[in-house]
Amino acid sequence: MLRKTGIPTSDDLQSVTPDKERLLEGPVAIIECFNEIPCDPCFYSCPFKAIKKFSDINDKPELDYSKCTGCGNCIASCPGLAIFVVDYTKNRLSLPYEFLPLPSVGDKVWGLNRAGKSICQVEVIKVRDPDKNDKTAVISIKLPKKYLMEVRHIKVGDPNE
Amino acid sequence: MILLINTDLLVIGGGPAGMTAALKAAKKGAEVIIVERYHELGGQLIKQTHRFFGSKNEQAGTRGIDIAQGLTKEIQNMSEIKVLTEATAQGYYEDKIVTVSYQNKFRKIRAKRIIIATGASEKMMLFLNNDLPGVYGAGAIQTLMNLYGILPGKKVIMVGSGNIGLIVSYQLLQAGVEVKAVIEADSEIGGYLVHASKIRRIGVPIYTGYSVKSAIGESFVKGAEIIKLDRNWQMIAGTERFIKADTICLAVGLRPLVSLLIQADCAMAYVPELGGDVPIRDENLKTTNDQIFVAGDAAGIEEATAAMLEGEIAGLKAATEIGYLSKDAITESRRLKKELRKLRNGPISRNIRKGLSKVRGDDNVKKNRYSHLR
Amino acid sequence: MRINKHPILDFNRGKKITFQYKGQEIKAYQGETIAAALYAAGIKVLKKSNKYQRPRGLFCAIGNCASCYMAVNGIPHVKTCITKVKQDMVVEEETGKGDIID
Repeated sequence: MLRKTGIPTSDDLQSVTPDKERLLEGPVAIIECFNEIPCDPCFYSCPFKAIKKFSDINDKPELDYSKCTGCGNCIASCPGLAIFVVDYTKNRLSLPYEFLPLPSVGDKVWGLNRAGKSICQVEVIKVRDPDKNDKTAVISIKLPKKYLMEVRHIKVGDPNE
Repeated sequence: MILLINTDLLVIGGGPAGMTAALKAAKKGAEVIIVERYHELGGQLIKQTHRFFGSKNEQAGTRGIDIAQGLTKEIQNMSEIKVLTEATAQGYYEDKIVTVSYQNKFRKIRAKRIIIATGASEKMMLFLNNDLPGVYGAGAIQTLMNLYGILPGKKVIMVGSGNIGLIVSYQLLQAGVEVKAVIEADSEIGGYLVHASKIRRIGVPIYTGYSVKSAIGESFVKGAEIIKLDRNWQMIAGTERFIKADTICLAVGLRPLVSLLIQADCAMAYVPELGGDVPIRDENLKTTNDQIFVAGDAAGIEEATAAMLEGEIAGLKAATEIGYLSKDAITESRRLKKELRKLRNGPISRNIRKGLSKVRGDDNVKKNRYSHLR
Repeated sequence: MRINKHPILDFNRGKKITFQYKGQEIKAYQGETIAAALYAAGIKVLKKSNKYQRPRGLFCAIGNCASCYMAVNGIPHVKTCITKVKQDMVVEEETGKGDIID
């Protein structure tokens, strides 16, 4: 259970995942923010107003999947690093990354699940680290479809180290 | 040689609350002196590499280090503010004078209003060998690692899963330190779940319902014996396990640093929800001593975002009382209080709200229980 | 051990200096505290407790507790965690309770 382990349950995840139809349409943000905390930068980061304006700053973010284009602007804006973009059409996942060394495009790195276990090798296909992201890089990886909703972190180098 | 300095406002403590208090009052025209013990301003903000929560309008999304830098620059550009660093406030006297040790001299400062923003100190925890070098407060780890770029150790056990424990764990990982586990006595994680998930997916286990029984080592930590707790936080014999580590980091809470407030005879109340003894105050953070305001963690342990708003509210009111009147002061104060209420409106702030209800209003005013010591 | 590369922070260390600890020459950077410099040099036990002679190291590192008191240039009870290190400073482990000096 999330409150005991830090690992969201499938029920938790279901509440922030669009239906299969939307998933198959193209990239979409998955906001894994499960408790009501005073925070709203994600709302301001979305150029498509897909994240609903907060009526109370403690509300959980609400994403309109039909407006979300999966651009990933929100990823680095989230102080909790809780936003990911999944793309079932291209088997891609984008995630926030604040570690060194930064991987390079083409690198094979390890995909870690929400419990920190390496579950598969993934290929880095994009590294976005512009100044405006203020040192939160956004890494896009290609990985098997079945792991798109499993992998949430990457490890460069030996997974057992 | 004892020097006497006169000023409008004296701010004691140059952390987030003290800085915003000084800025607000100075912008209204007040002459301000900030007394800061460390050699630079910023308080604990200068060690916070993570992005802040809160409202985008109040710097959310900005890293603590950058907030500190911004505020420090702003203060340096205000001729109304004089900053004394490596200066320690020593006492408050009956003639309303504060004494400060500064550059090996004892100074006296007489101010029309005083804002006490002294922050907090870390709580200790009881276990065998807890005095062993290698057992550090989370703040000490941040100081070594994030200010001076010195690794505290190679393998760390984090005790406490509040936001500080979780955030410092993440910072340790970023610096390349292995975090062996986060130990939490409660049955649930104390801090924001996003912080917990962030370290969990890097592979840090979080043991809820566990505590430290003893630190192991002769002259330095070599590990810790952890033990399972029952519902009443009692150790369950036979559940001990050893974790090898060279550092035990304690993030088991903070206690407001209120000694000056007590000495100034401000009415105090013991409020566990706010971290311990805190001064009774009104909505403008004015204590029961008409000359003295409080702001930030010294008023009760909370996030820095709240501390900064409290500083602004206190600074604004202090300036007004000193005589720097401005047309928009009332609306501005209202807006700040509204921001603060909004911030504290969520379920995560339930305890804060409960605590705050105990420190406001005349019904609560008790005699300073330390008065007899004066 | 010092951190050289960090994903968020840049450490702009000051000039290299040296100071004395128990007759040993220790390298440090200007701008850091005595305790930080000692820690970087691997010296983590700063003193012994008065009564039981138990080892003491840093605890709060912000000047709140008394765990890092040392004798600096002959002055006892210096909070080494908030006192900046200076070239040729003489830092000693404190014995006893210290004396009042002129």
